[in-house]
Amino acid sequence: MSRGLERRAATDPLPVDDATTLPKLLAELDRRFADTRIAVQEKRYGIWQPISWRDLHARVRDFAHGLASLGVRPGEVVAVLGDNRPEWLVAELAAQSLGACTVGIYPTSVGEEIVHVLTDGQVRVVVAEDQEQVDKIIDLKDRLPGIEKVIYYDTRGLELYEVPYLMEFTAVEATGREWGEAHQGWLDEQIAAGRGDDVAVICTTSGTTGRPKLAMLSHANLLEMGRSLNMVDPIGVESRYLSFLPLAWIGEQMIAVACGLQLGFTLSFAEEAGTQRADLRELGPNVMFSPPRIWEDMLSSIMVRVGEAGWLKRKAFAWGQAVGDRYAETRLKGEKAGLLLRLQHRVADWVALRPVRDQLGLTRIDRAYTGGAPLGPDVFRFFHSIGVNLKQIYGQTEICGIAVMHTDDDIKFATVGKPCPGTDIRIADNGEILLKSKAVFHGYYGNEAATAEAIDAEGWLHTGDAGYLDEHGHLVVIDRAKDVMEMPDGTRFSPAFIENKLKFSPYVDEAVVFWQDGSSDITAILTIDPATVGAWAEHRRLGYTTYTDLAGKAEVRELIAEEVARANEDLPESVRVRRFLLLHKQFDPDDDEITRTRKVRRRVINERYATIIEGLVEGAPEVQIKSVVTYQDGTTATRDITLQIVSMDGFTPKHPGARRSLFGSNA
Amino acid sequence: MSRAYRHNLNGSTLRAGALQLEIKDVTLRFGGVRALDGVAFNVAQGDIHAIIGPNGAGKTSLLNCISGLYRPQVGEIILHYGEGAVRNLVRTRPGAIARLGVARTFQNIELFRQMTVLENLMLGRHVHMKHRLAASFLYYGPSQKQEIRERELVEEVIDLLEIQSVRTKQVGALAYGFQKRVELGRALCMQPALLLLDEPMAGMNAEEKEDMARFILDVNDLAGVTTVLIEHDMGVIMDISDRVSVLDFGRCIADGSPAEVGSDQAVRDAYLGQEAHA
Repeated sequence: MSRGLERRAATDPLPVDDATTLPKLLAELDRRFADTRIAVQEKRYGIWQPISWRDLHARVRDFAHGLASLGVRPGEVVAVLGDNRPEWLVAELAAQSLGACTVGIYPTSVGEEIVHVLTDGQVRVVVAEDQEQVDKIIDLKDRLPGIEKVIYYDTRGLELYEVPYLMEFTAVEATGREWGEAHQGWLDEQIAAGRGDDVAVICTTSGTTGRPKLAMLSHANLLEMGRSLNMVDPIGVESRYLSFLPLAWIGEQMIAVACGLQLGFTLSFAEEAGTQRADLRELGPNVMFSPPRIWEDMLSSIMVRVGEAGWLKRKAFAWGQAVGDRYAETRLKGEKAGLLLRLQHRVADWVALRPVRDQLGLTRIDRAYTGGAPLGPDVFRFFHSIGVNLKQIYGQTEICGIAVMHTDDDIKFATVGKPCPGTDIRIADNGEILLKSKAVFHGYYGNEAATAEAIDAEGWLHTGDAGYLDEHGHLVVIDRAKDVMEMPDGTRFSPAFIENKLKFSPYVDEAVVFWQDGSSDITAILTIDPATVGAWAEHRRLGYTTYTDLAGKAEVRELIAEEVARANEDLPESVRVRRFLLLHKQFDPDDDEITRTRKVRRRVINERYATIIEGLVEGAPEVQIKSVVTYQDGTTATRDITLQIVSMDGFTPKHPGARRSLFGSNA
Repeated sequence: MSRAYRHNLNGSTLRAGALQLEIKDVTLRFGGVRALDGVAFNVAQGDIHAIIGPNGAGKTSLLNCISGLYRPQVGEIILHYGEGAVRNLVRTRPGAIARLGVARTFQNIELFRQMTVLENLMLGRHVHMKHRLAASFLYYGPSQKQEIRERELVEEVIDLLEIQSVRTKQVGALAYGFQKRVELGRALCMQPALLLLDEPMAGMNAEEKEDMARFILDVNDLAGVTTVLIEHDMGVIMDISDRVSVLDFGRCIADGSPAEVGSDQAVRDAYLGQEAHA
């Protein structure tokens, strides 16, 4: 799995001390590599457009001078709203050069979320990508009196705008260049004055429990975390990395910025959202960090494509995957595979596993990480069976994303691994996981009460997650402490575990389970994956119009019931799903039902679907709901929808073992 | 390093508002059928000029006359293709008309289905490329440079129309909305002076129509390309066009701004049918 790592000798990270900041590292990389290495490349016009360390450094300096000429002061917050582009990085490093910091806003954010971040951060200058993002700010401007400048970099469609506070990115750079010539040496003083303790970025917490909070992370926090990640898994300067998840997310900041500047590897940005998969395959990254959603999507796409392939390919994959699974299991137990298994695996890798990795763009991958939310053990196991060294990372925005992780060849599917070097862990008396390290954040911006709740007097970070350490010192995370369910016999169980079992089905998109402590009456609201279920319906010549129509089909309920039955087989008797219902719509971040990082907001679901949940808990045969549809022209229509509740009592699957025929006997 | 486009897609050198196309008393007969009957109107540089009318009114016939596929028996079609430079398009071959900067799309998509999106778009550059057989075949020297230079413009069109994700896909395998966009793209790659669009939104759902309308507006706003389009969706016409000409049974019954045309009694009669006179 770690083929090629020896060949690519890991370079040492740049030296870091208390005074090191990200802009200082950038200057050092310019000195070291100048024009000989690519800092950033963006796919544009069909080819990778490179920017060397020297050019990146020059752009950062120009933009920093430009920001200074606009009156940005140390300690101020500059917001960036847009997809991952070189300009995002330039803006971030330029703000940091002045002793200011950046807050990223998810590019899909709308209305209230944007107002909230910009107001709480007291933002004056926003860097927005294009017309779409600029329009959002213009629409909200009345509620954002503090905004003084909006700087955009994709000019298309904005040429004819006559808005006084708009300014083009290149214009800011040009003014900056002039301003810099008039203020020789000023910027160098600012950069030299920077300390590791200065706030570098503000990341919004995912906000599953309420409004996102603004967590302040210092240069030292980020660099410490990057250093400890690199101690566990050295990332070489030659590594390939595709940055396609929002830079507003700590996970992306962590690898792209904190590790990138410490190690000097090339950062690649995808052309646009629709080409991410193709760009990933073209680049063939060595390192990848993604939330469970990405891995689940990849798994679904493989399952669907294997299902649609001819019988020979299906058989070959089923056999190869079974061999791969046995091989991975043996290795992860720390044993050496026998000669026969090694031979079999060689063949399986050649005929079945490598081609699948190739389709996913994972042929070069040395290490892949998942984090941000729990990943189902089945998905985990699948990726190991096809030869992807997938590892769990546990952390929170408040501790720079990484605190606990798997090390190579010490991977257990049910755990999140061992604490990173320099991280102390303690389980509180109430079962809460407490963490302490140099990467623990500085506090929430302008919210000292919340900060005091998160960090105690001794410096322990209270994660709000319940968990325990197993006999090998691995951390097992059960769930959010307040979400942990108590079974009739008093043991605690994780609803996320059940939800992940349900989501392992390629047809299930999201699952939310409901329970009452002390009872084993568990119910679930499921949403279907329109792509996979749609393909399934087409194969069966089942006509449908909209998502609502598809989710309402009796045949689809039957299909999902089989999937639920299969998930139930893997669950202890007392936590099996008794009843479920297919929701008439998908969860949508615009409706606040899930966060921008696609975590379910239980509180919102509980409020919005109270009648449905009531019906589910009571065991009614169906529930009536009113659905309000807002059309694009702003008019709304109310429709009555009846949702059928499916009871799993006495349900016997018609096609037992259907997945096994797809996947080999890996149960 | 600005992200602005480097190539101008507008092939016309006329100033905005100048007279670009004169359709003078054009009559087209197929045997005894008069498809066009003394049609006359003007198109100004930089306008989005819509041609509307009921089925069989002669809209596509008129477009075919402009692009040289049909030859009207009577009348002239005068194209102003530069300061003081005029040419009567009647009796000019379609290839020569294309070289004057008239590009078009078709009602039923006319793309090379087995070729990729990129190859189809590169074909749009054909009129601007000089080929030497051996050099092109072996892909060296000036041919290679030319190919790379032309590809830059094609990539800007791909970016403008947001079709990056299908760049290397076969056109025949694409969804209908994408094919329509590719066809528009191929016409744009010619750097047209005059763009003729025959029902660019036919058969599209509301969202696809909105997208297409935005692309047409972008092309017009950003590059200033004169666009003559045939469309049935009155909502779209009223929203995006600067000027509207109405055909009915081969005659031009109205010509004016969308508001004027919308309130014209003859137009209402043509569309809604005349009330029966008792």
